[in-house]
This record gives sequence, C-alpha cells and structure tokens, in this order.
Amino acid sequence: MAAEESYPADLRYHREHDWARIEGDEATLGITWFAADALGDIVHFEAPDEGSTATKDASYGEVESVKAVSDVIAPLSGEIVAVNQAVVSAPETINEDPYGDGWLVRIRLADPSEADALLDVVAYRKVLDEQ
Amino acid sequence: MSAARYLSLTAADREEMLAAIGVEQVTGLFEQVPRGVRLGRELDLEPALSEQEIVDHLSALAGRNVGTERELSFLGGGIYDHYVPAIVDMVLSRGELLTAYTPYQPEVSQGVLQAIFEYQTVICELTGMDVSNASGYDGTTVAADAAFIARHATGRTKVVLAETLNPQARQVVKTYAPGFGLEVVEVPHDGGVIDPDRLAAASVGAAAVFFQQPNFFGCLEPAPELASAAAEAGALPVAHVDPLSLGLLEAPGNYGAAIAIGEGQGAGNHMSFGGPHYGFLAARADLIRRMPGRIVGETTDVQGRRGYVLTLQTREQHIRREKATSNITTNQTLLALGGLVYLSWLGPQGLRELGETCMGLVQYARHRLGHPLAFPDQATFKEIAIRVGRPARDVIAAARERGVNPGYALGRDYEGMDDVLLVCVTEKRSPGDIDRLAEVLEDVA
Amino acid sequence: MKLIFEKSRPGRTAFSLPRHDLPAPQMPESLRRERPPRLPELAEPEIVRHFTELSTRNYGVDTGFYPLGSCTMKHNPRVNERVAALQGFRDLHPNQVEEGAQGALELMWRLQEILAEIAGLDAVSLQPAAGSQGELTGLMLMRAYFEDRGETRRKVFIPDTAHGTNPASVTMAGYEVVGVSTDPRGNVDLDELRAKVDEETVGLMLTNPSTLGLFDEGIEEIQRIFHDAGALLYYDGANLNAVCGISRPGDMGFDVVHFNLHKTFSQPHGGGGPGGGPIAVRSNLEPYLPVPTVARDGDRFRWHDARPKSIGRVRAFGGPFGVFVRSYAYLRAYGPQLREMSETAVLNANYLLARLRDDYELPYDRLCMHEFVVSARALKREHGVTALDVAKRLIDHGFHPPTVYFPLVVPEALMIEPTETEAKETLDAFADAMADIAREAVDDPEALKHAPTNAVVGRLDEVKAARRVVVRYGFEEHPDLGGEASEPVTADAPKGV
Repeated sequence: MAAEESYPADLRYHREHDWARIEGDEATLGITWFAADALGDIVHFEAPDEGSTATKDASYGEVESVKAVSDVIAPLSGEIVAVNQAVVSAPETINEDPYGDGWLVRIRLADPSEADALLDVVAYRKVLDEQ
Repeated sequence: MSAARYLSLTAADREEMLAAIGVEQVTGLFEQVPRGVRLGRELDLEPALSEQEIVDHLSALAGRNVGTERELSFLGGGIYDHYVPAIVDMVLSRGELLTAYTPYQPEVSQGVLQAIFEYQTVICELTGMDVSNASGYDGTTVAADAAFIARHATGRTKVVLAETLNPQARQVVKTYAPGFGLEVVEVPHDGGVIDPDRLAAASVGAAAVFFQQPNFFGCLEPAPELASAAAEAGALPVAHVDPLSLGLLEAPGNYGAAIAIGEGQGAGNHMSFGGPHYGFLAARADLIRRMPGRIVGETTDVQGRRGYVLTLQTREQHIRREKATSNITTNQTLLALGGLVYLSWLGPQGLRELGETCMGLVQYARHRLGHPLAFPDQATFKEIAIRVGRPARDVIAAARERGVNPGYALGRDYEGMDDVLLVCVTEKRSPGDIDRLAEVLEDVA
Repeated sequence: MKLIFEKSRPGRTAFSLPRHDLPAPQMPESLRRERPPRLPELAEPEIVRHFTELSTRNYGVDTGFYPLGSCTMKHNPRVNERVAALQGFRDLHPNQVEEGAQGALELMWRLQEILAEIAGLDAVSLQPAAGSQGELTGLMLMRAYFEDRGETRRKVFIPDTAHGTNPASVTMAGYEVVGVSTDPRGNVDLDELRAKVDEETVGLMLTNPSTLGLFDEGIEEIQRIFHDAGALLYYDGANLNAVCGISRPGDMGFDVVHFNLHKTFSQPHGGGGPGGGPIAVRSNLEPYLPVPTVARDGDRFRWHDARPKSIGRVRAFGGPFGVFVRSYAYLRAYGPQLREMSETAVLNANYLLARLRDDYELPYDRLCMHEFVVSARALKREHGVTALDVAKRLIDHGFHPPTVYFPLVVPEALMIEPTETEAKETLDAFADAMADIAREAVDDPEALKHAPTNAVVGRLDEVKAARRVVVRYGFEEHPDLGGEASEPVTADAPKGV
C-alpha cells in the first residue's frame, strides 16, 4: 500500500527530491514521497557498495519502476556506511514508507557544513509547487 | 500498376481517400519534402517481375549454387549440416508467429512470449546457467555482448581470447572492443588446445576470458581448468559451446563459467549461406541486470492466470537509452523458436545419441582417413584437422571436381596451416561417405 | 496453457537418427556430462499441437491490422518464403568456395546495387544483422574516418524524437550523446544546432521522416550545418518506407544510412526477428566498410575483403542471407515502381489521420508521411483514460495496438503506422473502433480500465514480474511434471538449486 503524501519537518531536502536525516556526523538518505509517487511501483534499488563514497549532487544509486529508471542524488557527501538491505530485497518498501523503513543508505558525513545548502520543508514544498 | 498485388486500394478508394484528406493528388502529400531533395525521376532499377518470374529468376540463381544436396560435403567451421526435422519448418511457417513482431502487447502475444520463456529454459538447461536472454544475432555477436557485460561487471579493460575460439567471433570482438574501451589479448594454442597455465598468466587483470568447447579445430579443451584459471584471476570465464555437444560434454555452468554463449544454427536452423541464425547467451543469476536484449518473465493477469511479459526492460535501450546494456532490439526470435522446436524433438535422449553419432563418425574418420592428424593428441567432437601435404585449397578444388567437398582450409585463419583441412562429420554423413572421402583424398592429396 | 515441460513424460521421444553401427566413442571422463539437461520429452503429435496452440495465442500481420508505429508491419508476400527455401539457398554452407556459390554471391551483389540506388549512395555492406547493428556499424565507420584523418571528435547529436537505439549505439561506439530539441512544427531545432555544432562534433543521427511521422523541412540547412563543421550525417532507415523513390537519403545529404529489411522490404518480423540492417555509404566512407562485401569481375562474383582500413567484421559471414533472398524477391516485384509502395503508405496514413483527428489530439497539425502520432492527453485529463487503456481496448476490437508512449516528446502518445498493404475498409474499421473508444472514455471510462476482456489473458502484472524474477521453468517445484505451475525458482535463487 503506497503511503499518503507527506514531507516531515525534521528532514532536510534536496531539490532533486531526496531527503537527509542528519544525526551527529552521520546521515540517513532516501527519496521523497513525490519522487516515489512519480516513479510508481518501484521494483528495484540499484544500491552502491558499502564503503564507497557518495558525492553531493551526484548519483549514488538508481531506483527503477517497470518503465523508468531514476538516479538517486546524494544531498550530502560522505562514505556509505550502511545500505538498507530490506529495500534491496523488497523495493516496494520505498513506496510504502519513504521516510521510515524505505530509507536507502547511511553515510558518514565528509563535510557537515554542506547541510547548510539543503532545503527545509517549506522551501522544498515551494520547489514542488513549481513542478 | 506493377506490384498492385501487394497493395489493396482501388482507384475509387484513392479518390475517396484523397478527398477526405483534402488534397487533389498523391503528390500533394509530399509538399513537406523540400524540392531540392526530391528524386524527380524513376529509380534506376530492373523492370518489375511477376510472381512466376520471381520464382524462375531466383531458381536460376539457386541453381548456380552447390549446396549439400548436390555434393558430398564435409564443411564445418562454425556452421553445421545437421538435419532439420520437418516440424521445425512447419512451426516457423505459422503466420501468427512468423508475421508478429516483438511482444510489446503481451495480451495478444502470449504465443511468442511463452515460446521464448520455454527457449530460455531450454538454454539454461543445456548450459547449466541461471538466466538466458531471448537470443542474440549469432554466435559471434554474442561474444561481443559478453565482453560488454564483463567490461561493466568488473570495471576492467582487457579481454582474453583463446586463439582456438572461432576466428569470426574473435574478429567481431576486436571490431567492437575500441568502442567499449577494451584491449584484446589472444592466447595461442599448444598442440590444438589451450594450456591452462598459459591462460592463467594472460588472465591477470582481465575482465573476461573466452574459450570454446569443442574448439574451432574440433578438439576438446580442458574446459574446467580453463574456467578455473580465468576465475582465479578475477575474470569472468566465458564458454563458447556447441549446443549439440551438451548431451555428452559437461555444461559450462557446472564447471564455473560465468557466461555461456554459442551459435544456435546447428540446433534447428538451415545453413542458408550464413544466416539468419540465432546466438544464445546465458549467464549466472548475478549478471541478469547486465544482460543485453529481451528477457521474458512469468507473472499473472488480473484474474490470477499465469502469463508472460517482457521483463527487466529498464536494462534496454528504449528506456535506459545511452546507459543501456546494449542497443539490440530486433533479435532472432523466429530462429530461436526453431531451436526450441528442434531441441523438443531431440529431447535428452536424442541429444545424447546425436552426440555419440557425431563422435562415433569422427572417430571412424580418424582411423579411415590416411592423412596425419594436425593435433594427434586431442579428442575431437565432430571435426578433425588433417594435414594433406599440399595447399588445402588445391585439395578442395581437386576433390570438388569429383563431387566431394572435403572440408575447410584452416590456413584461411591460421598461419602455418595452409596444408590443414578441417573435416566435419555430422549425423547426415555415413561411414560410406567417409570411405568415399578417403578414396578421393588418396587420389588428390 | 501448459508449458511444454509440463507435457513432458520420461521416455517419450520424437527424434529419429540414422544408425551406423559404429563403436561407442571414446572421450575423456573428466569432460563427460554428469546429469542430462531436462529437455522436453514428447512424441511428434504433441509437439505439433503444443506449438499450434501457441500460435493461436499470438497476433501477427496475417491475423489482422497491426499499426505498430515505426515497425512497418506490412504484408509479407509468401513467394519470398518459397524462394528462400530453395535448396540451392537453404542448404548452402557459408564456407562453400566461391565457385560453388555464384548464384548466392550474385544475389547479394544485385541487392547491394539496388540498395545503393534507393539510398542514393555509393557502396553497400549487407553484413549488419539488424537496424541497431547497422547504426553501430555506421558510427564505427565515422570513428574510423575521423581517426584516419587524425581528428579526435566525440559528440553525436540525437534529436529528442529518436529511437532509444540511437543513444545506446553511440555509447557502444565510445562516443557521447548530445540531445537536440524538436521545434513547434516538429522539425529539429535549427537554432540549437547552430549554437552547439562545433569541431568536436562527429555528426547527427536522424530518422527522417521522424518518429512523429514528419519529414524534416529544414533538412537542407541541417546538412549544411554539419558538413560545414566537417561532421557527418547518419540516416536511421527505420522510416524509409515513407520515401522510397521519392527522396533519397544521399540526396538529402546523408553520408551513411541503414536499411531495415524486415520493415521496408518485407522480411517477416518473426515475433521479434530476424532482421537485416545493411548500410550504404558515400564513397569517402567506403574504405572503412566491414568485410566482406561482394564484388563483381565480369561474369564472376567474389568476396571482397581486401580493405586494409576496414573496421573489421560485425557479424559472421556475409550477413543474414535468407533475409536477403526475401528482400531481393520483394524488390524485384516492384522494380522501378517502388515509389508506389511509399506513396500508398503515405496515402493510407494521411487518410487514417483525417479519420481520427476529430477524436484525438494532434500535437503537430500537418500532413504526415507514412505514420503519425496522436495524443490521448485530453482523454486522460478529462476522463482518466490513458493511451494504454485505448491500446488495450483496441485488442477487444480485433486490432493490434499501435506503439504507445513513444516518441517521448508527446504525452500519452499513440504512434500509428498503417502501411501501404491495408485496404480502405480496414482503415475505416480501425477508425470506427478508435471513435468508439473515445466515446466510451466519456460514457464509461471504468470499463476501459478492464480491457482487454476477450484476449487469452487480461492485463498482466508487470510489477510482479520485475520484483519476483522468474525467467525459466521451475522443475524442482513440479516433480510430477503435472498440472499448472505454482512457484518456479527465481533468477535470484542460489546457484545449483
């Protein structure tokens, strides 16, 4: 069952429809409800290797529906310390719970100050309104 | 009108249709073509022919070829004169299958989709691999496909080809390699087969290592050891196999090949002067998202009934475009269907007996032909290389004057082998035919 | 319907082989297969019924109207099958010496000559196996040409209406894709080209008419822009059926063209192939052609492989010869009047367009060539009915659906190519069905969501197929080889199960 539209206020957002939950020197990353909904039923998450590096504004993986592929853009840079294997084996989790069980990776932040350039929920909603 | 037989409009239809469009003449439809690029004359082609004249003209051309119905042929070298049973031609002439295209609309394409699913299963069974695609162009282009898979799966930039791999397959890989950013290294044979130690040395840093079983000389390679040598270097072992050998010879998936490829022609296609045939490509499960071309998967419909669809299409060019795993779209479905029908006709018992028949005949030829073997230490499957003591091409010309085509001149592909003839025997040849070959060769070589 | 493996019974056979009473062959035990492959075990009657039943669950041009855009699903003349099966062609080994293959070589030489004339270009290679391999071969020729001139270029321009094969081929050739937009009339945006084409430019890949079914009105200026930059033009022949004998790619300024023998020249599509993708080139690219081609010396025909600058071989032997026989037979049926084929294809398309324009949105309102694109955007906006719904309902009306959701520049696209071989009554019946569906979208949009209702299966769950990948039969789950399938093994299962 796909989730209802929502954008939690405690997250930081990237305009390519990605979110980050920053906790100390680590962050959990995922895609927003909008991105998941636009793709439709997600059937595959092409995950990066643990230990590889995510670079802000660059792709670190792909999510696929039956008829489309979308790059997943890193909102922040850092080493990938965990990949959500539950999503790899059950990609529909992204549709069902994009901000909870549907998280994609955890990174160790390379430069915490990068977060200053991210959007808060109000600013991200403005991006969505422009779509 | 010349070919009106293929057009269905009457003069009255044309008038009505032009009126509905709102133009006076057909030429009015072409105003969008700038005058500067219009042809403005008739095409300079020979006059149109009636159907009967087409049959006469093409029969005359066909009559100037000497096929296996007109000479006793021992030609092999990648394409083989195996018997094609009547049911293959029968199934392939069914219009619903023959005149359909790629099954983009599964509800009206279950026939082709299920056939491809069955084909994929048969190829996986033959090769011992986990997944097969719906076919590639032929046994050479699937080698390039495998190189592309390996390039991206390993990130490495070198492929190693055994010199005993089909020369045309090697040439195709070399044609594609620069675009893939790949360097190609070839490993020479020792006495007709590849030495595993020599292969291991060449495999360091390679993305893939290609070998052929049975190899181009017909010899049986130490395939399990070659696969191990490649795998130990971190390269993907790619086995190019004769599908009809796989009733007797171990399946590549069972000795560690990452990818199995091959030419399907011998299994259910007529030789047809080189095509169309089908190339098969099967791989380990972990490579499925790097596979080129169509793959059919099982699913269910809205009522829970089993059905088949094209699946994992995000690999393909129409979705992933410049990041696709291949540019292939049209493949060789009809020929692969011929393969499925043929292998269903043969069954496991027929496959084994056919292999035994070919091997038995080649063993007979080995003893019966008076000429020395080029590779006396090697067992072979359905071909043997013999030294005829003078240029093989001269021997071929002389033998053909006596109604026997004695084989393929290996000097066309290998230096220092101008006097070597590659003789192929399939189940369509008999011991008596081999006796005849021996007599003719005694006379001319 | 059961799979052939579910009809299999141990010990049942269909094959027969000659017996030669030879001693059992010796072979190294280390290479012997341990477990036989589980091929189907059936007698001939059940094999024939199995594949006949499969054929009844499929729709071909022989079944009915198949307006699949950019695929040119025309009638496949049966005389072509008869001549391709002549023993002198069918049973000819490709390693036969030239003296024993003069008729085959002559046919190939004649086909090369005909294709050169249709293309308006100088030399032909028949070798590429299909259109996309023709594309890649053409790009390799460009690469060889520039390398020979000591130029390093890397950008290939591709319009947003192009088939996906074009960008995929560019990557496989080791080049980079530069996208180009379509202008409001459906032509390539010339200003964008003028701004972007430079000394790094390899060339342009263009389908003309485009996948919108429109002839590019700026073609003369396009060729000036590229040739002035020293770049080359590639013609994707997928839509050649529109212009044979009317306008030749060579005269439009193209340097390389591929033909789709299975589209334009009636090779049956075979459920997905075989195809044929010969290429024709201007003389400056001839030295790089794949080997071998066929040459003529007086009355004799021979392989020509003495091309030191050749890119090499792209496929085995001279190409898919059986396809050449069919296409050659087809071309000889038309002769110089081939133009009538294209004229009729364009007439049929424009008539169908005229019949549909009241019910469906037309994104580019011009006369079309051999195909056209309409949009179901308004139906979706107002009634929630998509292009896919329209396509599926057409099945219930007895038609094969058109190409949908392509080209990507048109939302809810339905790309319709009737071809020249259809009768006016067929076009009218299809137009009536499309009108019915447009009405149904207003009156009962929910019903369209359930289409098709009279096919052998309903809409299939593609999401399930992609998430739970089952790409071969699961023998392990059916030890009795009995009834309908339950859960076959998945591709992700560990090896050796």
